[in-house]
Amino acid sequence: MATATVPRRSALGEALAGVRHAADENPGSLLGWLATVDHKKIGVLYGVSAFLLFLVGGLEALLMRTQLMFPNSDVLTNDQFNRLFTMHGVTMVFMVVMPLSAAFFNLMVPLMIGARDVAFPRLNAFSYWTFLGGAILINISFFTGDIFDGELGAPDGGWFGYAPLSLPEYTPGNGMDFYAIGLQILGLSSLAGGLNFAVTILNMRAPGMSLFRLPVFIWMTLVTSFLIIFAMPVIAVALFELTFDRLFEANFFNVDAGGNPILWQHMFWLFGHPEVYILILPAFGIISEILPTFSRKPLFGYAFVVFSGIAIGFMSWGVWVHHMYTTGLGTIANSAFGISTILIGVPTGVKIFNWMATMAGGSIRFKSPMMFAVGAVAMFTIGGLSGITHSMVPSDYQQQDSYYIVAHFHYVLFGGAILALFGGIIYWGPKFTGRLFNEPLAHIHFWVMLIGFNLTFFPMHVSGLLGMPRRVYTYDEGMGWDVWNLLSSLGAFCIALSVIVFIVNFVYSIMMKRGAVAGPDPWDARTLEWSITSPPPHYNFATIPQVHSLDDWWHQKYREDADGNVIPAMAGAALATEVAHGGDGGEEHGDEHHGDIHMPSPSFMPLIAALGIPIMGIGFIYDYALVPVGATLLLVGIYGWALEPATEED
Amino acid sequence: MTLADYRKSRGEPAIQEAHEAAHSEKHPSAREYIAIGLVLGAITAAEVALYYIDISRNVLLTALAIMSIAKFTLVVMWFMHLKFDNKLFTYLFLLGLLGAIALFTIVLVTSAADVV
Amino acid sequence: MAHASTAHLETSTGIDNRKLLMWFFLSSDCLFFGSFIAAYLLYRDRSLVGPYPEDLFDIPFTSVSAFVLLMSSVSMVLALAAIQRGNVRGMQIWLFTTAMLGALFIAGQVYEFTEFHHEGLSLSTNLFGTTFFVLTGFHGAHVTIGVLILLSLFVYSLRGGIQQKDSLNVELAGLYWHFVDIVWIVIFTLIYLVQP
Repeated sequence: MATATVPRRSALGEALAGVRHAADENPGSLLGWLATVDHKKIGVLYGVSAFLLFLVGGLEALLMRTQLMFPNSDVLTNDQFNRLFTMHGVTMVFMVVMPLSAAFFNLMVPLMIGARDVAFPRLNAFSYWTFLGGAILINISFFTGDIFDGELGAPDGGWFGYAPLSLPEYTPGNGMDFYAIGLQILGLSSLAGGLNFAVTILNMRAPGMSLFRLPVFIWMTLVTSFLIIFAMPVIAVALFELTFDRLFEANFFNVDAGGNPILWQHMFWLFGHPEVYILILPAFGIISEILPTFSRKPLFGYAFVVFSGIAIGFMSWGVWVHHMYTTGLGTIANSAFGISTILIGVPTGVKIFNWMATMAGGSIRFKSPMMFAVGAVAMFTIGGLSGITHSMVPSDYQQQDSYYIVAHFHYVLFGGAILALFGGIIYWGPKFTGRLFNEPLAHIHFWVMLIGFNLTFFPMHVSGLLGMPRRVYTYDEGMGWDVWNLLSSLGAFCIALSVIVFIVNFVYSIMMKRGAVAGPDPWDARTLEWSITSPPPHYNFATIPQVHSLDDWWHQKYREDADGNVIPAMAGAALATEVAHGGDGGEEHGDEHHGDIHMPSPSFMPLIAALGIPIMGIGFIYDYALVPVGATLLLVGIYGWALEPATEED
Repeated sequence: MTLADYRKSRGEPAIQEAHEAAHSEKHPSAREYIAIGLVLGAITAAEVALYYIDISRNVLLTALAIMSIAKFTLVVMWFMHLKFDNKLFTYLFLLGLLGAIALFTIVLVTSAADVV
Repeated sequence: MAHASTAHLETSTGIDNRKLLMWFFLSSDCLFFGSFIAAYLLYRDRSLVGPYPEDLFDIPFTSVSAFVLLMSSVSMVLALAAIQRGNVRGMQIWLFTTAMLGALFIAGQVYEFTEFHHEGLSLSTNLFGTTFFVLTGFHGAHVTIGVLILLSLFVYSLRGGIQQKDSLNVELAGLYWHFVDIVWIVIFTLIYLVQP
């Protein structure tokens, strides 16, 4: 509602405008970060938060693997173990992979489509602060038990929170309330982000950038955004139903009242299956950008890769019952979903073949981003193959709830998503930090991580098929599981080592600025973000680029001669000018010209509104008096947001 | 170059003009809105009347379905202006609406529920 | 990004960002209500104890309240038509009318809920109580938020904040309002009129 002409500003209005100016003038200050609406800074906030939470989730995993290293261990109690596997899953899915993907959406989408920011910068900031509030809320739960007695208050019903186990009768304490309310808040954050990026991609493309000239990463972001928009409401309803059952004695899952706990599973997996594609599609997008760059070849079968992504988006809605084969829904349901699950392997296979074809015949440089991307494709393929074995109903009857499943989803989510995300960090990080990561260290990181990852998770295929169930805090010797568990635990420490290598690389190359200066286009890549400086100016492009083709930046740099050889299209000095002016075709600009690019002003309202939400959440768990407090903050934030202009006058 | 200039260079009308041109013939008048409102009221009255009349369950269900779909369509197409607006809105809305109907029909059938 | 008032001219689709956002949101809300309606339908006729719908539903009363909400959609669209023609006064009258009709609907819901409660139906009584109160409760919450939005627009316009060029704001509120109305069309038919 910022377009209306309002009569003169009140004193309050003037004061608030003053604070916004202060944040605008000092973007690097705390004030500047708290009030930022700049997609690049929000991307950094997401990325740093997600990485810290990756360390938390990793610690949870290490504790579990320590407990499982030997049979009949008592490093952890069964109760502690339950809390850890629940939180490890919740953390990694909702507080690591999703926000890391959000970091990349934020950093890359406007740059790759030639825009100055997203469609709704303040909504973008709101998404981040809401995410942070939810993440803090869930993690606080650890401390709500008697922690010095080893009692962790965290949720303990598994990341999938099956009813009726999740109800107070079987899971007393507040843990599952933190789960239900915390995830609700995280879901709201994701929904806001999905809406924002869908509108941004459809509406804010540079002139000439038709849909079929979009980089594949943008297409994957668009499909992911659609999935978020339609899947989040379903989990929201499921979580409301759980919350009402737990807090207000409703009967959604109460068997004594005639309720059906299978309803929870339907709702959870109706959301949950699209969710796993939400987790992997951005990674597929990153891979699709890295492979062509380091093969010096365009992506093979662009249209097929795009359409298979869209197909995966649609089909992901039709397979959820494969998580429920063993719940007794009957032969017809199981068979139908078995077929649909087999079929969904096809579009993914299409992508894998297109990636391989991209590399074939290319002039391949095995820089570290390429290593991570190729590793991700290989590991995902393995995970995809075990996934196909799950699609067969009778074999899933044996695999369900065993470590074989744990192996599958770690191959696709760690092997696929996390490796690709690391590749993205090393590939695109320099665009924003201005520094390259140290290559030898990055290679060490890659190999130690790859070896550690396979050492951890490959044995789980074996222990799973030998009958080891999931979510057990210990096991007896003589089951045939000992050696596999030992290997997995050693592998976990190996992974931890590789993460330390990455942290060292980050501190050395980026924080201590010892990495090589990146320059605008260190990889000689293909897409628009490489046509501007590293880091980019706050307005991204001096002039919005005019796009003539797919991989437009590549075609500005190179053309083909009569023999089909790739030769530079511009001389060195012209190229430098092109970049300095943001790829605008060489028009002269002084710095003073950029004074008339009006970027949206910083704002505290998204932060204020977002702050109210976890306060309401705590209120519902502990003291209803807090609920109106949180609600008031939320309303103040929203009204402030609606009434302030998007951009303050200078 | 702005998007507006780009469109001009390709000979396309500016968005605002195209928008206004499309719109000027197509806005229903206040009178038409009120007429639709009366129809909505009449259909509701008919639905309630049917509820009390002694007819077979299947006939009742079919009639109610038709009438509520009619009301739904009137509000969405005319009041929400979907009939006259960019087709993208229609596709988006149908995606959510039909998607929800399809998914939950499967859930209910799979749960062997008595839907009606 | 150019100044907000001409932003919609500059978009790739020619559609205003905010209008596109609203349609995405409404589409998403179909899934939200669809889920609660499905839960209601799943548990229909499965309550182990009463009170049951046929004991409590007052169809004439609810029909009047459904009619009120339908008429509020008419007044909403008249408000939009007014401001699109530059008639600020007309818009204010119709906006206020819509908000009042919405408030009347909520009053009806509150009355209905308290009546049912007196008859022994609560969230925890049985499956009917759970699914009915949660579904219609969330719908009522949507209506309440809508009334707040409409009254906010009304007050803002009293200060001259909404002119003909700002009609999009009213249009967006209208889209949300009509959506909440069509959800009620579905609920009224499926929950009240279609009974065992």
